[in-house]
Amino acid sequence: MSTTSIRKTPLLEVRDLTVTYAGGARAVRGVNLEVEAGRKLGIAGESGCGKSTLALALLRLLPAGTKVTGEILLNGEDVLAMKWGQVRAVRWAGASIVFQGAMHSLNAVHRIGDQIAEPILLHRRTTPAAARKRAGELLEQVGLPAARVDAYPHELSGGQRQRVMIAMALACDPGLIIADEPTTALDVMIQAQILRLIEELVSEQDLGLIMISHDLAVLSDTCDRLAVMYAGRVVEQGPASEVYENAHHPYSRALSGAFPRIGDPASRFAPQGLPGDPPDPSALPAGCTFHPRCALALDSCSTLDQELRDAGPGRQAACVLVGPEGAAAPVVPGAEEARSTS
Amino acid sequence: MTADSTPALVQQADAATDGPPAGPSAARGPRARNTKAYLQYVAAKIAGAVVSLFAVLVTSFFLFRLIPSDPVKQMTGGRPVSAEQLESLRHQLGLDQPMWQQFTSYIGDALTGDFGASFAYHAPVMDKIVEKLPATLLLTGTAYVLYSLIGIWLGTRTAWRNGSAGDRFNTALALTLYSVPSFWLGLLLIIVFSVGVGPIPGMFPTGGMTSGDTSGFGYVIDVAHHMVLPVITLVAVGYAQTLLVMRSSLLDEMGSDYLTTARAKGLRDDVVRRKHAVPNAMLPTFTLMFVNLGHVVAGQILVETVFSWPGLGSLFYQGLSTPDLPLVQGLFFVFATAVILANTLADVLYPLLDPRVGR
Amino acid sequence: MTTTDSMPTPTPASAPPEPVRSARALARARKRQSAARFWREYRRHKGGMWGLAGLILIALVALAAPQLVGADSESVTEASGGALESPSGEFPLGTDQFGRSVLALLVWGARVSLTVGLLAAFLCVAIGTVVGIVAGHFRGWYSTVLMRVTDWFLVMPTLVLAVALASVMDRSLWTIIIAIGVTTWPTTARLVRAQTLAVESRPYIERARALGGGHGHVMLRHVLPNVMPLVLAQTTLAISGAILSEATLAFLGLGDPTITSWGSMLQDARAAGAVSAGDWWYLAPPGIAIALVALAFTLCGRAIESVLNPKLGVAR
Repeated sequence: MSTTSIRKTPLLEVRDLTVTYAGGARAVRGVNLEVEAGRKLGIAGESGCGKSTLALALLRLLPAGTKVTGEILLNGEDVLAMKWGQVRAVRWAGASIVFQGAMHSLNAVHRIGDQIAEPILLHRRTTPAAARKRAGELLEQVGLPAARVDAYPHELSGGQRQRVMIAMALACDPGLIIADEPTTALDVMIQAQILRLIEELVSEQDLGLIMISHDLAVLSDTCDRLAVMYAGRVVEQGPASEVYENAHHPYSRALSGAFPRIGDPASRFAPQGLPGDPPDPSALPAGCTFHPRCALALDSCSTLDQELRDAGPGRQAACVLVGPEGAAAPVVPGAEEARSTS
Repeated sequence: MTADSTPALVQQADAATDGPPAGPSAARGPRARNTKAYLQYVAAKIAGAVVSLFAVLVTSFFLFRLIPSDPVKQMTGGRPVSAEQLESLRHQLGLDQPMWQQFTSYIGDALTGDFGASFAYHAPVMDKIVEKLPATLLLTGTAYVLYSLIGIWLGTRTAWRNGSAGDRFNTALALTLYSVPSFWLGLLLIIVFSVGVGPIPGMFPTGGMTSGDTSGFGYVIDVAHHMVLPVITLVAVGYAQTLLVMRSSLLDEMGSDYLTTARAKGLRDDVVRRKHAVPNAMLPTFTLMFVNLGHVVAGQILVETVFSWPGLGSLFYQGLSTPDLPLVQGLFFVFATAVILANTLADVLYPLLDPRVGR
Repeated sequence: MTTTDSMPTPTPASAPPEPVRSARALARARKRQSAARFWREYRRHKGGMWGLAGLILIALVALAAPQLVGADSESVTEASGGALESPSGEFPLGTDQFGRSVLALLVWGARVSLTVGLLAAFLCVAIGTVVGIVAGHFRGWYSTVLMRVTDWFLVMPTLVLAVALASVMDRSLWTIIIAIGVTTWPTTARLVRAQTLAVESRPYIERARALGGGHGHVMLRHVLPNVMPLVLAQTTLAISGAILSEATLAFLGLGDPTITSWGSMLQDARAAGAVSAGDWWYLAPPGIAIALVALAFTLCGRAIESVLNPKLGVAR
């Protein structure tokens, strides 16, 4: 949390968001987040930790029958309390989403120009010709020739389709972009291009960005702040590079350790990885949900649930081992040595 | 005659194996290149249709000349016919020629539209067919339009409200009607509404197309009156299949990601359904509709027979009972041609709906 | 998709620390497990359960026909009732034009309709499966020729073709069976071919070939078991269609005139003037029976399809 005395209204403020699906699965349990204009927040976690649910919840895109409580303040207004007409107006114009898997997230029988122009025509008073022209401009912005505006999705490559998704997300000049696994299905080279593109656009237009991924390395590179989610809760958050290099929560540490440090020979030999599987959202373990897989679990961890505690300036972690003075938690012996020899 | 989901499955199966190559695009030329590819596609389909038509001719020859050991005996079976009459009949039909000569003359005649003379009617087969065609088109054409519209509309509604009481009722009703033999339904309708059962009086004619000499507007009303029961029969069985296919393909689409994208853009639910989901879901239904279009000419032997409707179906049945081989042969070819033409039309128009194919 | 993946069987270790079951026993156990899994999934489909119940009931009725209504109720000379009588205590569904009990004919007709339906469907699926697997397995011109033939059949209006075929052959049950079987196999062939292509692209097929498996081995031991679930669904749906087709062909007078089936009952009824006389009790029961049996098979087939393709959902 920022400690400066003058606080401008954050672009997005999520307070105690809880999402329970119709079958009883608790996908998100009390999440608090903040994103300011021009800042990038990364949300990391394995599949099933609730990050995609979180993204959909922000624009109320979850299926009917899903219980959502808490507050989602977009520019100060609670999305969850809005009437449907206003929700639809806010969608895309206030915040937009770049979905993963662009082949299935684009309509196969519509031209991409029409799909980009569609929200423009919906949210702005403009003519179809002007919208089409704008679509061409957006394509140029993301590095595609404007002439491709008449192409169909299946005529483009994976990287090109993802650029189209980004162009589409920018169509109504939103203040916040939510990128859900934007590079997961792409080759590494294309991945780098797309990430650079996103960074440029965000800084040029002073947008807020939430990037969701399971790839901690990518997030630490692109984002300012990082939040790690586990079983529907944020278990750690702080400045991206700090969380990546020196995580406090055992889970974050394991996640970060799973990524090899290129150029660090010792990291290849350090045993990392986590036994077991992420918990089933409809049957979560008692106490700290991570305790069955935690190497440092104490007896109290199976009964006491963990709140986020302060772990340093701008950092928080939800672990009993994180001391109130911000002292780093005891480190797993092998990894400590490995990291110190680099 | 098999499952409602079969068309969608077949399409999926085909797309999975022979699907269009989706690769990175090369330097794209102007749209003209798309059009050229499309024209080549159309030309290929038409060529295929011609081959199919020829195959149908061969088949009908095979069926009606080769399989029956003695066509003439079959046709005159049961009637006292002298040997000379049999001989002259054989000569008339060209059956005394060698087989390959029969084949070539048959093909040659067929290409000029000459299918010989009907044995029972003593008139050229083609004339008879042309005479009866309008009656069939009127009946089955009307039913086709009705059941297609009803099937698509109800299929869309029940899919969108999946799980509701209305959906379950409609689906159950459609499944039941789909399992009912059409001719039996027709017979029941005749009993209940033409002859009258219990307190229900007979309100409709039991058969035929008209009841006597009426003319002008009276004639139109008379024909319409006669059309009610057969059309109800055809619509009852036809809408069910269309509904089931439309419903299942829309249900398939409804889980798709692009609908979430559309909703995220702020579109209203009914717009999402109409502009995004239905166009994708229409694809299997589109194919089915063209298959059914072919059957407008070809398929309604049963209903026409049951209602004594004087169209091609009744003609075919009578031809079978006689048996009047030249007539049956000609009708067989006409039916198959109608289906081939309808399918070719479907193939040619499909790329306009689905840009992933044929361009 | 619930598959019965028949992976190449593992070889037992040379000095096992615990008793190792034989390869065959392992395979059997695995098959039993996947069958149990299939049944558990199937049970969730209400429509499928109703269909299955209906099928069992009808099968019992058909098998128990002699006990239920007497072995001689088809005989014209033994008929005890008057012609075309309305339902009464003695004849719950009235009599036909020969004085036979319509109810008895209905029960006996079940045997014929079911038998013809089953045999025709098996013929259809057998041809379709063989053609599909061969076309999918052997590429090159075998496949092209077979698929051209299949496509051609798909273009023909099936009813017209079946009627034409049946009309030029003798009037018998086998004619009907062959006519239906020969005209309906293409849809199955196409589906099976697509599935064969999908199965053969899996890595373990490559391994089987590298180990020396020939064409027969790959097709029989690997492709066929993986195609069976799809074939099962197709068979059930094909039976439904075949029963309707049999009724149609019999109604058109193309069946054996001496044998009673539901379709021939309808034809007899019409020929005897039951329609104009308003004898609904003669006309309605055969059609209801046909519809119920066809519906039962359709429900089962749809349930099996849903089990194989969970995306289709339970409430179809």
